Order: sequence, then C-alpha cells, then structure tokens
Amino acid sequence: MQPGKTLLDRPRFALTIERLCHQLLEDWGDFSNACIIGIQPRGTLLSNRIHARLEQLVGKKIEYGKLDITFHRDDFRTPDGPLAPHPNEIDFLVTDKKVLLIDDVLYTGRTISAALAALNDYGRPSAVELLVLADRRFNRHLPIQPDYFGIAVDALDEAYIKVRWDEIHGEDEILLFDKKP
Amino acid sequence: MKRLSTRHLIGIKNIIEDDIHLIFETADNFKEVINRPIKKVPSLRDITVANLFFESSTRTRVSFELAERRLSADTVNFAASSSSVSKGETLLDTVNNILAMKVDMVVMRHPAPGACVYLSSRIPANIINAGDGTHEHPTQALLDAFSIRERLGEVAGKKIAIIGDILHSRVALSNVFCLQKLGAKVRVCGPPTLIPKYYKDLGVEISHDVRDTLRWCDVANVLRIQLERQDIKFFPSLREYHQYFGITRQMLLELDREIVVMHPGPINRGVEISSDAADGPHNIILQQVENGVAVRMAVLYLLAAGN
Repeated sequence: MQPGKTLLDRPRFALTIERLCHQLLEDWGDFSNACIIGIQPRGTLLSNRIHARLEQLVGKKIEYGKLDITFHRDDFRTPDGPLAPHPNEIDFLVTDKKVLLIDDVLYTGRTISAALAALNDYGRPSAVELLVLADRRFNRHLPIQPDYFGIAVDALDEAYIKVRWDEIHGEDEILLFDKKP
Repeated sequence: MKRLSTRHLIGIKNIIEDDIHLIFETADNFKEVINRPIKKVPSLRDITVANLFFESSTRTRVSFELAERRLSADTVNFAASSSSVSKGETLLDTVNNILAMKVDMVVMRHPAPGACVYLSSRIPANIINAGDGTHEHPTQALLDAFSIRERLGEVAGKKIAIIGDILHSRVALSNVFCLQKLGAKVRVCGPPTLIPKYYKDLGVEISHDVRDTLRWCDVANVLRIQLERQDIKFFPSLREYHQYFGITRQMLLELDREIVVMHPGPINRGVEISSDAADGPHNIILQQVENGVAVRMAVLYLLAAGN
C-alpha cells in the first residue's frame, strides 16, 4: 500500500479538537439540557476526547452516550458477512434535549442517516447537530451536512481517509490514500 | 466480519463453536435492544418469515414471532391443525406453496425428526428448526447456554446436569451438543427407561441418582415428562416419579452451595419440580424466556445477513 498523505499531524490534530470544543462552548453554553452522543465504534474515540475536554471547560458533568447503528443500517448485509454490532451505552432518554452527534468521518451521509433513525429509539430530541473530524464534502449520497467539522477534505470517490488514534494506532493523525487498502 | 458457517439452523450438531459465540455476542446487543423503551430495530424490514408449526407450541412460537417483529420482519403464521395439511397435502407441497408467496425464511416445528434437513435440501429459503420430533431444538439449547453464560460468566468448565425425560426430549440432545461445544461437563439424570442407550456414546455422564447429581452440578436443567409422547409406561406413576426424580426446594437448601435451576417449560408442577423450587430464588426460568427472544433475534439477523 502506498504511504498516505498526512492531512492532519499530531499538533494540528490536538489543535483542531481544542478549536471544536471552544466553538461548541460558544454555541452550546454549559450544555444544560443537552447531551453528547458518539457513534460506535470510531466516532466514540473522538467523542470521548471532546466530552472529557468539554467537562473540563464547563466544570460540570455533561450527559454522554455511545450509539450503535448496526441494526439501522441499510447495508448490514455485506459480501464479507454481517456487520458486527457494538454496545449501545445510553442510560438516559434524549426527549426534549439538544443532542450533539459525533462521528470521525462524514462521507456518504448514510451512517448519519442511520444514526438519526437509531436515535429515535431513545426519544424525541429537541434538536440534533452534527460534529465530525473530517468532512468529505464532495462524496455525499444524502443531503446531510455537518454543523461543526475539523477539516474539509476534497477527495475523489475512490480515495480513502484514515483517522489514526493514539489509543489504538499509537498516533493521532489523518491520512489520505488514493484508494481503500 | 464474522458470519455463521451455515445457511440454516437445523441443529447444534451441524454448527461450530465460533457460530455459538457469534450468536451470543449478537444476542448481547439484542438483549439491550429489547430492554429499551422502543424495542424495535429495522434490520429485517425487507424479510418475510413463515412460522410453520406442525406441532403445538406456545412459548417458542410467541418468542419467534416477537423476535421477528422486533427486527421489523413481516411474518406469516401457519398452524397445521387449521391448514390443508389436514386435507392430505405433503410437507414439501405446503412449504413450496408458502414460498411461492415470496417468503425468505422458514421457522418450522414438525413432529418428524429430520423434517428440517429434508426441507433444507429442497427449498431455497433459510430454515430455522424450532423443534423436530425428539431430535433437536437448537434455539432452546442456545438460549439455555446463553442464560448460563449470563448467570455464571461462562459455560466452559461448568458442570451441567440435565434431569428428567431425556428419551423424548429434543432439548436434551441439543443442550448436550451445545454445552459440550462450549466446554462444559454434562451429566444426564433420570430413570433408566427414560435415558436412551446411545447417550453414553455422546461423552456425557449418566446417573440415576438425582440427589447425587444435584451435589455434583453447578446448573440443573430440569426437563418435563413428555406424557404426550409416551405410548407405553416408562415409570409406574407420576407420584412415584416425583418421589425419586422430582426436585424440591428442600433438596436445593440441603446442598452445600447454591446451584442454578433451569427449566425450558412448560413446567409440570409437582412432577419434575415442585412449585416451591420452580418459584424459588435458585431459578432463572423467566430469564431463559427473556433471553429466548434475544437469541432468536440474533439467529434471524445472522442468517438473513448471510444471504
């Protein structure tokens, strides 16, 4: 596999997350009657960090959950076998709350569409906003746009974006490859 | 991504240990789903399932129906007593007629052992065996093992006793295959007339002493005496059976440690188990019923995803 092009290295990666947190503070205040929900599995790596940093910044607990969308996907029958579900970790209802939905990469929009459907199982939120780290803005299949994004990536359909995380890969970075490995 | 090694769930004998673990891991997620305020996901919204019950059933049929509906599948129900089977139609004709209406999966209970194997080689739909005669009842074995795993943490290394009418029980045979594949030690216990001779070739211990078996085991899975399948006398009377093989609360209290009591239902109170034991703190009978829906959702989901 060809080495990927670095879109975001470690210092800028940290800076981007910090910037997103401050942007959220500006718009969401102290997160009263609001909650953060990360999409399993990879969106939760980003949401873990954003949630922890926001709690530090506002100085109080913010409701936080992890949402698995496997059973709501329109493509759960893949040629490689069924998609493996991950645990849902939401111990509250989202009814009448403002929800910040977090994922790592926004590509076709199908994941977010499934997440919005899955979120309905936990009540009727007053509003939902979307935060992603990388927005592949020219590859959408559905009319879904992020409210907050780390970087915008203009790439061809066959290109592949890999977000690497310190917790798993030993490095924080975003790489762009010509095609999926 | 893992997938099942089979297109049909005919019996536990035909699947591998990895399949069982995959079903359990998927069932863990479905158990969370069915405990939410909204207990439904749309995964199988494009799938139609036919529930063909050629033999009476309450909990298995209801459990399958609930599992299908909670996955958003369309269902058609069929009971032999009110169908053309009573007019002399063959099994294959009946099923082919139902499949002609574009059914994707078949859940079938049939009094003849091997009925599901017969069908699986002749029709294109996925087949789930919901009990074929005295042969296998794979989803019951899976939910039993899932319940043991939930209560005790794991199945491997545990001592499981199956007590009662082994001869007429499809649950017993599927349980033996499932528990052995997961690494448990299995003992069957009952009167000699109700334990088939071939069980010793399955690698299980055989006992006719219920008190000794209760002292030995971590889990006692108590089976019903299936009088409807008994055309000759296998023991003198139900009262005598209860005296020798029935489980009472007193017997459980006399043990030096707590064991788990299971029963696949329906219970004949006062025969294989007394009411005070069936309703006591040792039992996980209602958890088995709840887990049945989650395990069946997992089986339906994984088989549908394999298509």
